[in-house]
Amino acid sequence: MIPEELEKIALATRAEQEALSHQLRVCTGTGCLALHSDHLKDSLTSVIKQRGLEQSCAVKGVGCMGLCALGPLVAIQPQSTLYQRVTVDDAIAIIDHLDTQPIDHLLCPTDIPFFQRQHKIVLENTGQIDPDHIEDYIAADGYTALIQALTEMTPSEVIEQVVRSGLRGRGGAGYPTGLKWSTVSKVRSTRKFVICNGDEGDPGAFMDRSVLESDPHRIIEGMALAAYAVGASEGFIYVRGEYDLAIKRLKTAIRQAERLGILGKSICSTTFDFHLETRLGAGAFVCGEETALIATIEGQRGNPRPRPPYPAEYGLWGFPTLINNVETLANIPPIIRNGGDWFAAIGIDHSKGTKVFSLTGPVRNTGLIEVPMGMTLREIIFEVGGGMTEGHAFKAVQTGGPSGGCLPEQHLDLPVGYDSLAQVGTIMGSGGMIVIDDTASMVDVARYFMEFCKTESCGKCVPCRVGTVQLSNLLGRFTEGSATAEDLTLLEELCDLVKQTSLCGLGQSAPNPVLSTLRYFRNEYLAHMAKGVATQ
Amino acid sequence: MRRMGYGHHALIETLHSIQESFGYLDEDALRYVATTLRLPLSRVYGVATFYQFFRLKPKGEHHTCVICVGTACHLKGATTILEQLEQRLGIKPGGATADGKVSLLTARCLASCGLAPAVVLDGKVMGKFTADAAIAWIQKWVAHDT
Repeated sequence: MIPEELEKIALATRAEQEALSHQLRVCTGTGCLALHSDHLKDSLTSVIKQRGLEQSCAVKGVGCMGLCALGPLVAIQPQSTLYQRVTVDDAIAIIDHLDTQPIDHLLCPTDIPFFQRQHKIVLENTGQIDPDHIEDYIAADGYTALIQALTEMTPSEVIEQVVRSGLRGRGGAGYPTGLKWSTVSKVRSTRKFVICNGDEGDPGAFMDRSVLESDPHRIIEGMALAAYAVGASEGFIYVRGEYDLAIKRLKTAIRQAERLGILGKSICSTTFDFHLETRLGAGAFVCGEETALIATIEGQRGNPRPRPPYPAEYGLWGFPTLINNVETLANIPPIIRNGGDWFAAIGIDHSKGTKVFSLTGPVRNTGLIEVPMGMTLREIIFEVGGGMTEGHAFKAVQTGGPSGGCLPEQHLDLPVGYDSLAQVGTIMGSGGMIVIDDTASMVDVARYFMEFCKTESCGKCVPCRVGTVQLSNLLGRFTEGSATAEDLTLLEELCDLVKQTSLCGLGQSAPNPVLSTLRYFRNEYLAHMAKGVATQ
Repeated sequence: MRRMGYGHHALIETLHSIQESFGYLDEDALRYVATTLRLPLSRVYGVATFYQFFRLKPKGEHHTCVICVGTACHLKGATTILEQLEQRLGIKPGGATADGKVSLLTARCLASCGLAPAVVLDGKVMGKFTADAAIAWIQKWVAHDT
């Protein structure tokens, strides 16, 4: 693959797309597939064939368009018509109305804040391109960043751009990506590895899945750039075993990239080699932890080990290893393409760029959103999310999954950023955002997360293995209404103990949901206690 | 295993392939993997039991019903669905009915939270589910088979 060849593919694909008078994009993300968008795509194709419109119309399956609540979605370009809740029976009507007025009852307004307030960087191609065709990605400026880096930049210049962008790890902890890269690049070793962490274990989060399903080539490009920058020549993409579709699309994407010479030996006629493989997770939340993830790739039980040494020095099979989250790597190609300063101009102090959230719960527009850092929670939930569904009142918003916390209404005007969220007792996390309404009991929510951590604890260290069981039992007493004042003190002490003494991130953050609900919804705990006292 | 050069790291990928082909991991399979990869059986068994994804018991002969108990689904009543199904089928999650026809499983999160509560019936994700609908499906299965 040489730059000229890439440009040729891009021009040819673009010309092909411009020749069409209508392009129908059917969402084939997991959400819409569950609502049979694959049948819809087939029937649209067959109607076009019947009418003999193959020359001017084409149907293509694209990744998630974000508004999962109103699926299946069909977008018609270049007219930018968006149809919602389309069924197989609507196929004929849609084709009939291509050149006339759009069908009113299916029309989805695109001028609502859900579309207007978003700022798409990571998701710029999702819902636009066909994830199964590398040509589509190339036509959308794909792989230009990689070729630019390989032909015009040194590895240290690539790292320099990432440092300037101020990008921080999107997996949850928010470690500066540039710093991680330069650490790995400085270690001398015969072999180095790059790993993409796609073990999205948080219940209620599906950002990484959507990115992998909708735009797999972006991750491949991001990983190749990372490998070039740190001097690695082998990479692994670790994906949850449950994500069938993402795995299938990734494997196809890797094969296509290998065929075009974007992966493999002597990429772009340089001395840079990069081989990429997928590895399947097998359902263990703890494997999102760096050292546990490495153990899994080595074929062992996913037990974390104490750090240091960090994987940057001693990682996979003892070699220096760079581990980045899916969303972090998805940010890399645009940063290299547009420069680090462009990225740093978006967002707020210490939290640059955008963040993808999966917004769920009783809000109108559930689905996948990408907003600039610094937007307030109120704007996210009530403008982008469209507010609460009828009959539900806002009570709390939960961020960061089982490691995060719940925030009440008083903190809704908080700008979203790593540090601002940490100050009020929760974390940015990987981007799950679950809105909780007034019917839910916060003690029950806390207990739910503790049950989760209890079953997911790998059992290696005592505070986490035993602590989570005890905490879950204590919370059980509150939900049953048999708790006493001593239980409350014990609960607080134990939370502190588990937080301070656990080995890895799972245990250290397991008490967060309890602590944050204790902080903001203490009266609910007290109410549960009072009930118990009354029945005694 | 050959593709990965019989390395120890091939273990998890191998177990994935076996489960995909046979539906579960039986003792013979585990012993065979251990011998071929030159690993102690304890290590193979340890890995197979550590990860939730691997099954050591055969699943229901015909049908599987997976209930998502992720956060969003939990808040929208997945637990009620599960309880009613447990009662109705007389089995616990992870088990199969006495005739081996239907197995009931739970999933941590299907990442289809927009559709909560979500249920997977025979590999097909169904959104916005209710207990009655799930029972209706299972009855349909049973009726269809007999």
